Amino acid sequence: MAQEYRVLLEYADKINPEKASDYIKVGGYKGLEKARSMNPKDLIEEVKKSGLRGRGGAGFNAGMKWSFVPQYPETKYVVCNLDEGEPGTYKDRIICQKNAQALLEGMAICGYAIGSKQGYIYCRGEYPFVVELLKNAIGNAKESGALGEFDIEVRMGAGAYVCGEETALIESIEGHRGEPRFKPPFPGVEGLWRMPTVVNNVETFACLPYILTNGAEWFAGIGAKSYPGTKVLTLTGDIENATYFEVPTDYLLRDVIYELGGGVKGGKKLKAVQVGGTSGAFIPPQNLDTPIDFDSMSAIGAALGSGAVFVMDETRDIVDIVNRIAKFFEHESCGQCTPCREGTFRCKEIMEKINNGRGSLQDIENLKLLARVMMKASLCGLGQAAPIPITSTLTHFEYEYLRKLV
Amino acid sequence: MDIKLTIDGKEVVVPQGTMLIDACRQAGADIPTFCFDPDLKLAGSCRMCVVQPKGWRNLVASCVTPAQNGMVIETESPDVIEARKVVLELMLARHKLTCHTCEKDGECNLQDYCYRYGVTESRFVGKVHSLFKDDSNPFIERDYDKCVMCTRCVRACDEITGARAINVMDRGHHAKIATSFDGELADSPCVFCGQCIMVCPVGALSSKIAAGKGKPAQNEKVLTTCTYCGTGCTLELNVKNDKVVGVTSNRDPEWSPVNRGALCVKGRFGWDFINSPERLTTPLIKENGEFREASWDEALNLAAQKIKGIKEGYGPDSLAMFSSARITNEENYLAQKLMRAAIGSNNVDHCARL
Amino acid sequence: MANYMDIIASCKDKPGGIIEAYHAIQKEYNYIPQEALKEAARAFKVSEAQAFGVATFYSYLSVEKRGKYIIRMCESAPCHVAGADEVLKTLEAHLGIKVGETTSDGKFTLELTECVGQCQATPVVTINSEPIFGVKPEMVPEILAKFK
Repeated sequence: MAQEYRVLLEYADKINPEKASDYIKVGGYKGLEKARSMNPKDLIEEVKKSGLRGRGGAGFNAGMKWSFVPQYPETKYVVCNLDEGEPGTYKDRIICQKNAQALLEGMAICGYAIGSKQGYIYCRGEYPFVVELLKNAIGNAKESGALGEFDIEVRMGAGAYVCGEETALIESIEGHRGEPRFKPPFPGVEGLWRMPTVVNNVETFACLPYILTNGAEWFAGIGAKSYPGTKVLTLTGDIENATYFEVPTDYLLRDVIYELGGGVKGGKKLKAVQVGGTSGAFIPPQNLDTPIDFDSMSAIGAALGSGAVFVMDETRDIVDIVNRIAKFFEHESCGQCTPCREGTFRCKEIMEKINNGRGSLQDIENLKLLARVMMKASLCGLGQAAPIPITSTLTHFEYEYLRKLV
Repeated sequence: MDIKLTIDGKEVVVPQGTMLIDACRQAGADIPTFCFDPDLKLAGSCRMCVVQPKGWRNLVASCVTPAQNGMVIETESPDVIEARKVVLELMLARHKLTCHTCEKDGECNLQDYCYRYGVTESRFVGKVHSLFKDDSNPFIERDYDKCVMCTRCVRACDEITGARAINVMDRGHHAKIATSFDGELADSPCVFCGQCIMVCPVGALSSKIAAGKGKPAQNEKVLTTCTYCGTGCTLELNVKNDKVVGVTSNRDPEWSPVNRGALCVKGRFGWDFINSPERLTTPLIKENGEFREASWDEALNLAAQKIKGIKEGYGPDSLAMFSSARITNEENYLAQKLMRAAIGSNNVDHCARL
Repeated sequence: MANYMDIIASCKDKPGGIIEAYHAIQKEYNYIPQEALKEAARAFKVSEAQAFGVATFYSYLSVEKRGKYIIRMCESAPCHVAGADEVLKTLEAHLGIKVGETTSDGKFTLELTECVGQCQATPVVTINSEPIFGVKPEMVPEILAKFK
């Protein structure tokens, strides 16, 4: 039977996340020590070798991202993305509440690698208690001397899903409207206050201490080859065990639901599962035997994304759920680019029409056209991903739409 | 270092750092845009200028994508045309289609592009929230039911004028252009320069003074220099039936080297006196308490004679010269020279000191 | 009650700290009063239009007066399937207000929110950011009674 494999959450609830000394007792801050004994270039190579890829959703090789940062400017920034706004996702909160010091250590490791002395954690406005926890954890770590010269400041978001996009996040730290920037320039070259900046997810940073302590090979050997390590998943919807789990990345989606998750609630049949948050594709039951790693998910037209697993039983109305999701994107579009600003609104309108039994085949055609253009022509990932729940359900659950038409 | 790329089958060489939009235009492609303005910071947001780089998953906005060596670009591929049509349809879906009475009729980007791509109506028409702003100021009409949210007005206000009176408020579909607390322009730092009207690609912003007097696209344009001050701004008088019916900007740096189209409230809106019956069009001489019309020669001779008389009778310091900011520096120089060299007094002053 | 001038002054040295200042102002006033917004614009050297643009961008910030307790009903997909609509209807009925409104005694404001990241026990309601888990319509009166 498939088991959890806890690396980041091994000492969950056994240590006080605010206390550096607790963390040090279980091997903490050894990774940073090791990193500082290395040449920054070798350190980046080591991270590349571990195969660690971004855990926020884009899956970009972390070491590679760091290597784009130019050496010469004196001021550079390390930014942690704790804006997790994907509905059904709370793994970054869990990592902070169980093992905040690992996040701080990971950021300091990155700081050393790219030559930055200042880190920022951008925490979503929904988590004021995590902001407090992190401030205490940082204070404690600074006091203990564990972070050395590396400073970390916590900034709080204010309710904008789009700020999970790294350039919107940067704009928000700068005190602006959270509107994504066009790329290039990428943050690695021109980020926070136009200085080189590495933005990584909480989970990505938290992996680093373990990679340094146990070696890149060790990490590369866990889970799927192309996306090694573990992944913290959060299970929601019609599932017996609606909680979080840490699993190796070659773990099968079926086992997530039926082993760890305890199966569909009430012994009902599974209709669909949406992985990666609300921008993820709906996966039909025939695709359950897929490992959860980034590339395997991509291969079935889905995405690992944030690691949220939203389970829907046989009684669920797919069109109604997608209608709700369309409303989410309409609410969260920043309004900057035309395809997303107008597209998310019209998607919501058409979905509402279909859901209320007033839709026609022409509406479905219009949805498909709109989705295609939003995916190809939107400025940032929000507009590009917003139609995925629509297109994936039109592929796998078209009959649910058809039966609601006039 | 130069960059070589292929655009619509044509090889083009451009300097490094060139954006695709310029490279495409160099290759002869006509790239439509709403938010792009060469005098303003880039936005990359209207997505009308998208083009297709071969082998890329997505389309790119050509105004913010630097040309790269070896790129193969199509500017009118089926995907590009589809995207542009949908962008236009999305704009049309919330656009107040009153082209017949619109000041921008005939020089509106939305109109022109819909014509170009054969977009007659929108498949996406649904709810329309009215964003019209009833603003009592005498100069600028703000009809945001025609706004395409290109934000050029916001950038022009920040970057050209520096008034920073407007910004985007709210977000998503509900985002709109607003002053602080969505008030009226008169209560904001707005200086009514009308640079926002100048850059607006559609009919959302227009001149209240010129409204109904003649559509700018149909007026005869006479290039001239603003007479309000010595700066020497170029402007275009809009002439219809031999009457001045408006002022618009000429942004061509060759024709408008001083101001590149930017004007102030006087230059842009203060032209209606031209046709006023109360305007003096010939010199007047007062005789026995009554004004009578005179020729310039007669009037100048009379003034010269009187000045001479005062100088001879009472000395040069009994005369003073007060000159105006409406004349140029050179003319002001000549004025003081006339006073000092010809009349012999230092009693010279200027209205700008008041 | 702390003065908004002092609150803003305490954040002034943080680069880009206007959002932090807004949070601190809201902690005191539950919304951003007009005068406070103007002062924030001055302190952070941005135009008032921009300060207003920032304040209206984020759904947790409000430039309109709100109640003492801000109730937010999560309606993202996991809460939606867990019955958020029914809870919302009960909240509206019990408070006698619609979403976006404030009770006449100035005590409660009802808002909708997207996911608050507490999906282990859906549906979730937050009251002044404090999450309440697994809310059922019949629990509403008891929950509200706790907030005086």
